[in-house]
Amino acid sequence: MATLTNAPALRRKARRERLRTLGFLSPWLVGFTVFFGYPLIATVYFSFMHYNQIEAPTFVGLRNWRYVLEQMPLFGPALWNTLWLVVVMVALRVVFGLGIGLLVTKIKSGVGFFRTAFYLPYLAPPVAATVAFVFLLNPGTGPVNDILGTIGIHAPNWFNDPAWAKPSLVLLSLWGIGDLMVIFMAALLDVPKEQYEAAELDGAGAFHKFRYVTWPSITPIVMFAVVTGVVQTMQYYTQALVAGKLASGVSVGPGTVIQPGYPDHSTLTVPQLVYSLGFQNFNTGAACVLSLVLFAIAMAVTTLLMRKRAGLLSAED
Amino acid sequence: MTATTALSAPSAPARPAAGRSPAPAARRRAALHWIAVHTVAIAAALFFILPFVFVFLTSVMSDDQALSGDLWPTEWNWSNYADVFNTPGFLDWWRNSLLYAGLGTLFTVCSSIPVAYALAKFRFRGRRTAMIMVISTMMLPPQVIVIPMYLVWAQQLHLSGSLWPLIIPMAFGDAYSIFLLRQFLLTIPREYLESAKVDGSGELGTLLRIVVPMAKPGIAAVALFQFFYCWNDYFGPQIYAAQNPGAWTLSYGLESFKSAHSVNWNLTMAATLLVMAPVIIVFFFAQKAFVEGVTLTGVKG
Repeated sequence: MATLTNAPALRRKARRERLRTLGFLSPWLVGFTVFFGYPLIATVYFSFMHYNQIEAPTFVGLRNWRYVLEQMPLFGPALWNTLWLVVVMVALRVVFGLGIGLLVTKIKSGVGFFRTAFYLPYLAPPVAATVAFVFLLNPGTGPVNDILGTIGIHAPNWFNDPAWAKPSLVLLSLWGIGDLMVIFMAALLDVPKEQYEAAELDGAGAFHKFRYVTWPSITPIVMFAVVTGVVQTMQYYTQALVAGKLASGVSVGPGTVIQPGYPDHSTLTVPQLVYSLGFQNFNTGAACVLSLVLFAIAMAVTTLLMRKRAGLLSAED
Repeated sequence: MTATTALSAPSAPARPAAGRSPAPAARRRAALHWIAVHTVAIAAALFFILPFVFVFLTSVMSDDQALSGDLWPTEWNWSNYADVFNTPGFLDWWRNSLLYAGLGTLFTVCSSIPVAYALAKFRFRGRRTAMIMVISTMMLPPQVIVIPMYLVWAQQLHLSGSLWPLIIPMAFGDAYSIFLLRQFLLTIPREYLESAKVDGSGELGTLLRIVVPMAKPGIAAVALFQFFYCWNDYFGPQIYAAQNPGAWTLSYGLESFKSAHSVNWNLTMAATLLVMAPVIIVFFFAQKAFVEGVTLTGVKG
């Protein structure tokens, strides 16, 4: 029985392999425990505590939860704004990104130039892009409304109008569509050419070719774009905060407490509210409740979408 | 459904040679198509490029003209750029941005490569679970964990007011980079690794001598993304560096720069371009790695 005599050696080999695997994974295992596991548990713990970051935390049961979900005046607007952005921004980004991707594959001359032009804004740092857009769309001093005025269009007040502030943010995010364009472009170029030729022989027009050839083969990428878009938009923070602050014209410096969401809380998102509760009002418990609500919604939406196969775990050999 | 299967049939027999030289009508149709596509493309390109142009033109205007809504500068005040650099603190923000982005990228790459390699090439129990854990970390909004982390860094380690609470965690792997690198490493054929092992190379030697050189494009893409993530980060510096202006980064400082110069849109636009400049310059040198990185995330995933 040769296998039996080899058993200790095999076991030793298996143990060595386990140790090797652990060794290679160790940076992430430590990181995951310390920077993900611990704070997640601590957030749950603090959500049941009254804690102002000076005195010791005291247990208050569900009081923070009740306060956030039932009484806090800004919870409703923040949740509404975040969900509004998730639906509108993600949908428009996917449609627009796909449109630009299709356009790029149809361009015959100067592809390099157009591709670079469409991609470049994606790289602009969010703060810089937001500052630039607040200026460009500024009703009094910005060039956009001037240009629209000369061609007879009465332009809105963009970031200064509660009805237009969120659409202005959507416009800003469409400007930075470059990443989606590249992803869609690559997917579109991967569609086998023979299928288009076969469809043409069957007499399919442009719409039918898109519906029956292009769409089925890019669906996984569209799903991927939707899932990552939802995840990103649930975290939407920097652009909304900077746009609101700059458009309101208040002077801000360290220590200044400003009410985010200008104008009329129309750009207040859930992450902004978490920051404002936790780091300006020092209401740690309520901030933790709110971040857990955000987490729950993000998880629910993404698992729901992932069921429809976003291709994240494919290529598993 | 039936239509799809019918359409995916192998391509039709070759068309007769006569069909090769297009009739005038077909040529006219092709020309119209060309014009239509390029008109749309130019219109779209204007939407993407004009903001840069307006920002640049405003950045060289005089203080008064920048408030006028004019499009073209009457005089070109290049000194605006010098004024931005001479603003107290601006050079510190550059240094801090470079420190955060440089060290952050180095730490992320060094710590994520071995993890990605193990997830791509080792067979072990719990590999799938580990991948799901990596992906769920990517999904987690940073706001969910920031409060307890802030309390640890500020109250136990006394490191708030610096960028270290942002840089140090990067020495413990980054989920997004691990995910991206793993997808890249999956494309390296196992035979290369096995032949290296036959030649007596240990696992670490194989990683350093075979895998890392082969994965250079993937590593470059991850490094670029991480560099720009740090360069663009606003939330992190706002949490940890806000109370100490000496630790501000360009991304965080820019907004307060605007607040301090409340009427000077020209200086603000010059500063805005200076914050964008490194990103755009690096892009022109490393276009390929960028595009590879982006497509890798979406398509090969």
